[in-house]
Formats: sequence, structure tokens, C-alpha cells
Amino acid sequence: MKASTPKSNAARRQFIFDSARMACGVGLLGLGLGLYAKQSKALPALALRPPGALPEDDFLGACIRCGLCVRDCPYDTLSLAKPETPVATGTPYFTARQIPCEMCEDIPCVKACPTGALDHGLTDINLAKMGVAVLIDHETCLNFLGLRCDVCYRVCPVIDKAITLDIQSNQRTGRHAMFLPTVHSEHCTGCGKCEQACVLQEAAIRVLPPALAKGELGSHYRIGWDEQKKAGGSLMDESKMLDLPDRMPEGSKLPGHYDPASGMTAPARDLPANEALAIPSLPPGLGGKP
Amino acid sequence: MSAKRPGAEAVAEKGWLRAHRWLLLRRLTQLGILALFLLGPLAGIWIVKGNLNYSYTLDFLPLTDPLVALQSALAGHLPETLGALGVAIVVVFYLLVGGRVYCSWVCPVNMVTDAAGWLRGRLGIKGSAHIARATRYWMLGMVLLGSALSGVVLWELINPISMLHRGLIFGIGAAWTVVLAVFLFDLFVMSRGWCGHLCPVGAFYSLLGRWSPLRVAAPARQACNDCMDCFEVCPEPQVIRPALKGEAQGLGPVILAANCTNCGRCIDVCSKDVFTFSLRFNNPVSTVPPAPHGADRSASI
Repeated sequence: MKASTPKSNAARRQFIFDSARMACGVGLLGLGLGLYAKQSKALPALALRPPGALPEDDFLGACIRCGLCVRDCPYDTLSLAKPETPVATGTPYFTARQIPCEMCEDIPCVKACPTGALDHGLTDINLAKMGVAVLIDHETCLNFLGLRCDVCYRVCPVIDKAITLDIQSNQRTGRHAMFLPTVHSEHCTGCGKCEQACVLQEAAIRVLPPALAKGELGSHYRIGWDEQKKAGGSLMDESKMLDLPDRMPEGSKLPGHYDPASGMTAPARDLPANEALAIPSLPPGLGGKP
Repeated sequence: MSAKRPGAEAVAEKGWLRAHRWLLLRRLTQLGILALFLLGPLAGIWIVKGNLNYSYTLDFLPLTDPLVALQSALAGHLPETLGALGVAIVVVFYLLVGGRVYCSWVCPVNMVTDAAGWLRGRLGIKGSAHIARATRYWMLGMVLLGSALSGVVLWELINPISMLHRGLIFGIGAAWTVVLAVFLFDLFVMSRGWCGHLCPVGAFYSLLGRWSPLRVAAPARQACNDCMDCFEVCPEPQVIRPALKGEAQGLGPVILAANCTNCGRCIDVCSKDVFTFSLRFNNPVSTVPPAPHGADRSASI
């Protein structure tokens, strides 16, 4: 400090002040932009990304907003988000209820992408995971009311795999069946044909992002009957198992009911565990997958 | 009108067409590029697909905006083959012709801010907020750092260039408000505010064209009559002085500043034909003509 002349000192002070002014002003803008960026990662549940899209966090870093996927989509499914849309500006999305994905076999949108935003490793459209269909309203779905609408099931491009009709007895009439549309997430691509086709005013089945649609077992969780099957038998020494007798109406017998303590189910012991567990409360022919 | 309009002398001396030659060429180029992009969505003739961030011409030529690709790379994502090829082509092109040629010959916002600048002159609006022209480099730094930190292609969230260009091609939505804001900012708040002070895209392209061979030069600077018209019309007037007035300081006549946009408007408005397109190597320290009748007067590209 002592060595510098007053003039260079003043110049240095000015330089430092100027730099601080820039850094603070531009930094403030950057902070706002950063917070906006964070907000923009919150994709609305009903806005779906094209097939092969990276997870949203990565997608916004990889997508350069060129719209080539939009151009090469033969069905005009995709559009680029406008500033007022609650999707990051300029990024591609579609709304299943309006125009769903037609699941082209050659996946032109992915091929057109100049970045890795749409994963070029996706070559089989059936492996796409744009979302997962969820039968979200059991109160208005016509099939849950006991009618035979079946439209979501019929339009599903992966019919009988992604959506099946599960038969249950109709408790209301007491003599009819209900055919409940049931989504199997491992086969559902999230194309949205079911949501678009749902005949209700507001769709009872909707495609949601997998993270919203799916529960998840804890990583420590083991499913007993699977483990038993894998091991080829019970995992514990049943001779040491303490079993209390199940209370049942006098003299009744449930074939297959596993209850060693009652001494009434001995023949069931040599059945596989999962069959032994099934309580045959439904009449034959109902309750299984079609 | 009290003050004379810049370029009036040139129009009187060279005729209207020659006094607007580069401006007309530039507008034709800007509108032509836009038209090529619009031909697909409007007329179904698909010559160019995409927008300025990335386009694919005739299923043959990929062009990628290097700044967008850079932000994406800093966010942790590299382009596919075509995207990378597009970056290379664009980078080489602007390395040669000058980075900010993008600003004056391609960017659609240039027409917006030029209109604001023109109207500012016509309305005689004098006051202007002061921000250093170097602010744009801080903006660029912020955008790049922000992309790396947020993992998002940050500037694309609000970039008025892509909002306007993409908006015209894919549907504008509320993006016109951003464009209008830039126009009004340039008109009322700061003269040449957006393109000349703040835009990080321009800052990036100025760095890209830092060493480009194609330059505007003032080889006939001896003929300058100090009418100041070139300073009036130039979007980056600070770049002219060293080349035009640097004879005494031993500076050559080529405009070497990275922020010259090669728009050529100074060439148009000079009634003495001081300026011309030239190469950066063609930069003798002294331009005092050896003979009384200098040979540089008729020079052109």
C-alpha cells in the first residue's frame, strides 16, 4: 500500500469497484435465472416427454431446443413449450389426452435428436418409458361400474400385456362380473392412447411420470413366496415353527388352508407354498388373469 | 428536422442505392435465412428444419449453435455426431468471417434492436442508462458458470434470440413480450443496450471471431472529413476510432476490435468511401498515399 502512488491506488480502487458492481449485478441476474432453472425442472405431471427422453434433470441439460423431434414426428404429437407453458421454454412435450404417441417402429423423433436428450440407444419403441398409465379413478371408470367399456384396453398398442382385464364378481348385482382394466407397468410405454381414448369427460386412466405412478418396495424387502420358490422350499425349519390354531367354524375344512396347528390341513403340506396360501373364496373361473 | 440525418451526405453523393448497399444485403440475408426456416412450416417446402440452435438443411447440412452446445457440454451432455459436426461447421465459418457476423447478418433480434436504434434517432431520444459494454462478457461468464452449476442449458430459458426465432417458426406464444421488452429497452432505456452491452450470445461470438481474417477497414482514412456519420450508425462505435483515427498512434486502418459486427453500415454512410471490407493482414501502419492520387478509393471486396 505504501509503495503505490495515489493515482494507481485510485485506479485500482475504481477497478475493484467496477468489478464488484459487475459481479453483483450480473450475479443477481444469474441467481434469478438459476432459481428459474430449478423451477423449470418441475415438469407438470400431464406433460410427457418424447420416447427415450433422459430423466428431467438431465434432459434440460442435454436438450438444445431445436425442435427436430417435433418436425420428424409424423403425427404432430410433439410441440415445443412456449414461454407461458409450464414446461421449460423450447423443450418438446406432448399431452396424451390431446395427441398421444403412436409408437412408430422406427422412432423418427429419437433419430432426429442431435444431442443425447433423446437416448439413441432406444431402438425398440416397446421399451420406451414415457410414463406409466394409471387407472386413477375407480369411482367413475365405466368398467368399475360394471359396464363393458374396455376402450382403454382395446386401444392399447401393447394389449393384453400393458393393460389386462381382471375379472371380479360384481358385488352390487351379485351375479355379474366386472372386468377391471389393470395396467402392468413393466409393459406400459406411456404412449397415452388409453388416456386419449377414455370415453369419460375427464379421463379415468392417465399417463403419469413413472416416479409419480409407481410405488417402490424397500430395497431390503423380499417377497416370501418368490424366495421360497427360488430356494425350492421353506426358508425356515417348520418343525420348530410355533403355530396357533386358526379359529374356524366347528367342523369346517378349508382345503389348501395352511394351518399346521389345527391338524386339519395335513394334505396341503405337500402343495407349493403359493397355492397353499390361496384362499378359494372366488368361484372357479374368476379371479385369475384372462 | 434540425439535425441532418446520418448518411444524408452519402445519399446525395453516391445515390440512395449505393448508400444502402450493405444494409439492403444484410436485411435480405436476415430475411432470407428466416424465410428458409419458415418455408417448411408455412408452405410445406422443407429445405431447413429446426431453428438457430440446431438446424438440418436438405437432410445434409447440420448447423449447431456453439454457445448452446457449450452450455449443454458444461451441463454434462455432449452432442451426437450430427450435432457435433454442426458445431464444427459453424465454428469454422465464424472463425473465418468474424463471429459477430452472426449478430448483424443472421440474428433476428438485430432487426428489432436496429429498429429501436433507428426510431431512437428519429424521435431524438437522447438519455441513455450507462452500463459498460464489457457487461456482456460477465453475462457470458454467468451463463456458462450457471449452466455448469444448474445442469440446465441456462440462457435458453430466457434467450430473446431463440424465443423470437423459435417463436416465428414453431408458434410464438407469449415470447413476443420478451422481444417487445428488448425493443423498448433499447428505445427508451439504453441506446444499443441489448446487442451492444448485455447479450451473452454476441459476447460469445465476438470471442469466436477474435482473430477472423475478414474485417472492415478504413484504408482511405486520409479522406475522412469528420462528418461522424459512421459513428452515428455504428452499433459498436468504439471499434471505429483506432482504425479511423489511429494514424498518429501507429495503428493500421483495419478494424481489429472483436465487437465489430461486419455489418458494413459505415461503408454505406461514408460519402468519402473511407471504409471497405478487407483482410486483417492488409494492415499497413501508415495509409498516407505514396502518390497524390491514392489507389485505395475504389477498393471493395
